[in-house]
Amino acid sequence: MSKTKCFWLVMAVGMLISFAGTAFAKPIDIHWWHAMRGARGETVQKIVDSFNSSQAEYRVIATYKGEYDEVLNAGVAAVRAGKQPHILQSFEVGTQTMMLSGAIYPIHELMADKGYKVDWSRYLQPVLSYYMNADGNLMSMPFNSSTPVMYYNVDLFKKAGIAPLSKDKSITWDELGEITGKLVKSGVEGGLVTAWQSWTQVENYSAIHDLPFASKANGYEGLDTELLINNDKVVNHVARLKSWMGDKRFYYGGQKYQGPKAEFIAQNAGVYIDSVSAIAKLLSEVKDFSWDAAPLPVESWMKEPQNSIIGGASLWVFQGLPKKDYAGVAAFMNHLAGTESQVLWHKETGYFPITLTAYEKLIADGFYLENPLQQVGIKQLTRRDPTKNSRGLRLGYFVQIRNIINEELELVWNDSKTPQQAMDSAVARSNTKLREFERTYK
Amino acid sequence: MIKKRSYFKSRKLPYLLILPQILVTATFFYWPAIQGIVASFQLSDPFGFRTQFVWFDNFIALFTDSLYLESVLTTLFFSGSVALVSITFGLFLATMANRVLKATTLTRTLLIWPYAIAPAISGILWLFLLHPSYGVVAIFIEDWFGIDWNPLLESSHAMLLIVLASAWKNVSYNFVFFLAGLQAIPHSLIEAAAMDGASPFRRFWAITFPLLSPTMFFVTVMTIIFSFFESFGIIHAVTQGGPGGSTNILVYKVYQDGFIGLNLGSSSAQSVVLMGLIILITVLQFKYVERKVQYTG
Repeated sequence: MSKTKCFWLVMAVGMLISFAGTAFAKPIDIHWWHAMRGARGETVQKIVDSFNSSQAEYRVIATYKGEYDEVLNAGVAAVRAGKQPHILQSFEVGTQTMMLSGAIYPIHELMADKGYKVDWSRYLQPVLSYYMNADGNLMSMPFNSSTPVMYYNVDLFKKAGIAPLSKDKSITWDELGEITGKLVKSGVEGGLVTAWQSWTQVENYSAIHDLPFASKANGYEGLDTELLINNDKVVNHVARLKSWMGDKRFYYGGQKYQGPKAEFIAQNAGVYIDSVSAIAKLLSEVKDFSWDAAPLPVESWMKEPQNSIIGGASLWVFQGLPKKDYAGVAAFMNHLAGTESQVLWHKETGYFPITLTAYEKLIADGFYLENPLQQVGIKQLTRRDPTKNSRGLRLGYFVQIRNIINEELELVWNDSKTPQQAMDSAVARSNTKLREFERTYK
Repeated sequence: MIKKRSYFKSRKLPYLLILPQILVTATFFYWPAIQGIVASFQLSDPFGFRTQFVWFDNFIALFTDSLYLESVLTTLFFSGSVALVSITFGLFLATMANRVLKATTLTRTLLIWPYAIAPAISGILWLFLLHPSYGVVAIFIEDWFGIDWNPLLESSHAMLLIVLASAWKNVSYNFVFFLAGLQAIPHSLIEAAAMDGASPFRRFWAITFPLLSPTMFFVTVMTIIFSFFESFGIIHAVTQGGPGGSTNILVYKVYQDGFIGLNLGSSSAQSVVLMGLIILITVLQFKYVERKVQYTG
């Protein structure tokens, strides 16, 4: 402790000396480390600039620190060195690690402490619920959120004599089986491809059908959680996809999005499941056919499908920085969640607006009349209030668990395991990881 | 001949002179290595607020994990294959290049080029050739041989792909050393053997090969170390350890568990095992293989 105190003393003296003489009105710097590059990074900068020019007390400095995992590692290293930024963007699978870190300032406390009366009920609940603790308090500020939807090739559908799909009502998996069958018969090389198979085919499948992904309310209610994805329904779903592989109605294009997306763009596959963030990529890359989006398919027995769950990242505030800075952090968070920022964010990146106010403004402005694609995901996400099974996943070592699920699915696809064996093994392997995690935090 | 030797009057001066080197080595090598060893005995959250000393638990967990043992076997198979392919081709090319009479510099320069390519780029290049969707060679393989080439799903195809990408890069490196080794062999020996009626193959086997053994030894050690560590970039770019973990070699698993998964105790234990394995292989090579090496020309 004394070392850090000494460090701060030296820092303070140093700062005093360097600040002496310069203007006293110098704004307080607020550092934000993020993982948004390219066009998204530019939008981040626009939001930051509008905050900085709206007041003179604080200056937010947004820095791109690399991919999600690199940003998280940079944050970890910074906290260990006592040089953490004010705000860190962390991907959704890192939520449990951040929440238990003991290094964060929960966002609901920060906003309350700084006098902001936030009406959390005016936020998109399935987005908030992913970042709440078991008591329903928000721990981090949702930032970029997306959900998977189903894209399809309108031209190939026409050629195969398939009617276009509804943007509101999900088709059933059986119907998708018929559709992909017709596509293959009409000469298309493959039917369905899917990006991020663990997220779209296991995590979201479970949420939409209100199936528990893990015990203890998907991990929200205790570290002694265990995976439950070896249930009949998930296993049958995997078995169905496997059987579709036999007649090319399902085609495996890789764990991430690049392979599946390439197959869809090359028209080797007529149906493609991926995040709504693919809209922008498809708009810019698809030139020679028309395509559309529809909600994810559901089982015929699921009359009232649940909300899908989100992917993406949220913003965490670190403790241990000068007290006077936090008013600025709260002001910035308030600005970020403001309607203007959210409308801009949604329009330019396709990520969801996090407040209902912003969503309603977008509807009122007629944005979705011109961009109906953008609404498919939001409607699917908000079609029902989240249940304990569909509000999110709260698992330690979630990155490894996703990796395990991906590996085991691949072993089904290449005939090494039956769906039941693979899911049993995924559960057993993940539970080992969960126990290791539990032990670390005991 | 007079022995050249420097004498320092002060006892402290020599230590002072080697201090910078010691400092650099200690900071960038010993300090992290010791930290890694310490962390391998701990269970710690990423931020380091909760750290428990757990003795050998991390190691026990590793060696009771059948997938980890599989990863060890995968690594040995991978580096064995890379060594075999890259040494064979390196030697073959060096022998051929040694006979080239015209444009020798150009030929040699071209053959050395691939070594200047970063592993990740090498991986991407091979992926472009052999990707099932857009790979030029992959389409050729499918159309001409009727093989359903798919490294995204077939473990053996994925392994072949990363072995090719890693070996290709290393062929050049080995080539340089073999060529230098070949040129150090006196022509008179080979000419004498030729006059005695030895066939080219016999001359290579009885004279060139034994005289190349120091080079061979060095190149083998270097290739194995390369394939243990440097191949990370290739795996990361091409297979990410897949399909189904079949190309998840040790160094990639350390990265996945440590950097991506933030499981510091386990990944430190894995690094320690990896370090031990490399030390063991090198010691074995020095102990048993080096005995058969002939250094005298």
